[in-house]
Amino acid sequence: METQSTDVTATGSQTMAQNQDTSPVANEQATPEVKMSARDLNLWYGDTQALYDINLDMYNREVTALIGPSGCGKSTFLRCLNRMNDLIPQVRMKGQVSLEGEDIYDSSVDVVQLRTFVGMVFQKPNPFPKSIYENIAYAPRLHGTGTSRSELDDLVESSLKRAGLWNEVADRLDTAGTELSGGQQQRLCIARAIAVNPEVILMDEPASALDPLATATVEELIHELKDNYTIVIVTHNLQQAARVAGYTAFFHMGKVIEFNDTDTLFTNPAEQRTEDYITGRFG
Amino acid sequence: MERRLTGSANNAMIRKRYRREARFKAYTITALFVAFGIIAAFFTDIIGQGHSAFWRTEVQVTLDYNERAERIGRFALAEDMREIVSRGAVRSIPLEIRNNPELAGIQREIWAPAYSRIDQYRKGNEALSPELAAQVERLEREGRIRTTFNWAFFTSGDSKLPELAGIFSAAVGSLMVLAVTLAFAFPIGVMAAIYLEEFAPDNKLTQAIEVNINNLAAVPSIIFGLLGLAVFINTFGVPRSSALVGGLTLGLMTLPIIIISTRAALRSVPDPIRLGGFAMGCSRWQVVRDHVMPLSLPGILTGTIIGLAQAMGETAPLIIVGMIAYIPEAPSSIFESATVLPAQVFTWASEPRKAFVEKTGAGIMVLLAILLTLNATAVLLRRKFERRW
Repeated sequence: METQSTDVTATGSQTMAQNQDTSPVANEQATPEVKMSARDLNLWYGDTQALYDINLDMYNREVTALIGPSGCGKSTFLRCLNRMNDLIPQVRMKGQVSLEGEDIYDSSVDVVQLRTFVGMVFQKPNPFPKSIYENIAYAPRLHGTGTSRSELDDLVESSLKRAGLWNEVADRLDTAGTELSGGQQQRLCIARAIAVNPEVILMDEPASALDPLATATVEELIHELKDNYTIVIVTHNLQQAARVAGYTAFFHMGKVIEFNDTDTLFTNPAEQRTEDYITGRFG
Repeated sequence: MERRLTGSANNAMIRKRYRREARFKAYTITALFVAFGIIAAFFTDIIGQGHSAFWRTEVQVTLDYNERAERIGRFALAEDMREIVSRGAVRSIPLEIRNNPELAGIQREIWAPAYSRIDQYRKGNEALSPELAAQVERLEREGRIRTTFNWAFFTSGDSKLPELAGIFSAAVGSLMVLAVTLAFAFPIGVMAAIYLEEFAPDNKLTQAIEVNINNLAAVPSIIFGLLGLAVFINTFGVPRSSALVGGLTLGLMTLPIIIISTRAALRSVPDPIRLGGFAMGCSRWQVVRDHVMPLSLPGILTGTIIGLAQAMGETAPLIIVGMIAYIPEAPSSIFESATVLPAQVFTWASEPRKAFVEKTGAGIMVLLAILLTLNATAVLLRRKFERRW
């Protein structure tokens, strides 16, 4: 099997080409409601193409995991979903990304507005160097969604509760967010994202900088958040994808090789390369 | 058992290696000691020359507000004291009498500053004629001559009489110049740096600007003086010698320093902080205002203080714009003629009289003390507000 690997790549991209004709939708069960979708998405960093013809649907109130080896384009794709790539000067993009059918790259779309609908949590916890309270109250105040002190108090409390951090910090909301432990910081960042009341939360390897215990807490949290939010998570940790995600997309060399519900993808992958990756033959 | 760790075939090579290391270390230590020795010699010399300026000789005299003193103050002194007491102490007597006629005819006992050559004689710097020396001897015995702390050095301006000369007007001038420099260079420098670092696209134009700002920081300061002369005085008609023109000129010089240090401070703010802000739906301005500025402020202030400290020690460009004038009275506005501390030191240093040598040294000591204070403030600010993330 290992000797065949070069051939496998070739046949794989053929299958990929066939996949483009029909949108890759999960089979078997009734098709869930699509929250965000990418159509024929191509992206270049300068002259280097990073994403090739990505077609992917992310379902409402589901966790979609993006897996794949380093440099496969999964984080790049994630950043397309709230236009964080706009901040990188040399990025060029073709194709369409939509949020409930609305093209988010349309010239009339306000990026600031978009990011209140599509929040983001980063790999390394990056709480603002302000108090815990301010970390959460900052964005609502900015967007005018919470103005009075009592409104903000409620929002801070409910966001922290949803992020499962309330019990740990309720009595010290004035301490700096940066003084919390790594796992707490990450949950603070999640609470901060929730406070804006987004519909989609993007997570870029949210647990990769955390110890196993904190990772478990964050994973549990992701599982709970699924009831209210659509979550797209990039992860290097296959067990994590298997634990938290309902759907999984396997990226390789800038292409979506396979997309399916997580159980099927992990137990019965259609593609040789998916199987090679999840069984640890490369990546 | 064969001992492999002690004593081996290439022992000679290892020993040679250690010798080389020891030699190299000796060179570095020597360099350090030479550098330190130079600084120590400099400080010893300055302090040795300057410390005596903080003390002055005073003489107890009786002032007689007689008729002749109404015209010439020196006549208020007994004849034998006219060579001893500074004429600066009595020159205002005619004016005093005119303003307050009741003073006429009275006698007053005061401690008056002595002539600088008496002061220098008592400090062992200058010789006196035998008669005068004998008179000083007599006064010492009678307890009518004393050494006190020279407050006048800090409270009065420049004077042609060394015993009355002080740094006050120069210090006020320096303060005004620095205020103008700060008001001019800080907002422009910080804004320019924010634009270049946070907003500007990375293209040929901004790269060219960046290179030129770095070059500007390396331009000799006297050229900024010429620029100030041409632009501020000749074109815009800013009063020559004023703190305004000096401050603007030094502002031009400080601008690149502030821009460079501000950019460095902004660049040191980790990108995840910015990304976090953007992901929350902040606009670029909100990211800068709420997240980048608070974190980079200590760095910006440090750079600014260091830039100001440099401006404060600058003399050459100020000579070009005429700030080397003789200023006995402290200026009361930035439009009046003024001088600055280093220029005052320069003026005193070019005086031939012995008494000004110690003034020069003392002026340098004050200048150094202020600069060290400024730099220490910069370090403390950085320590205090430096945040880790």
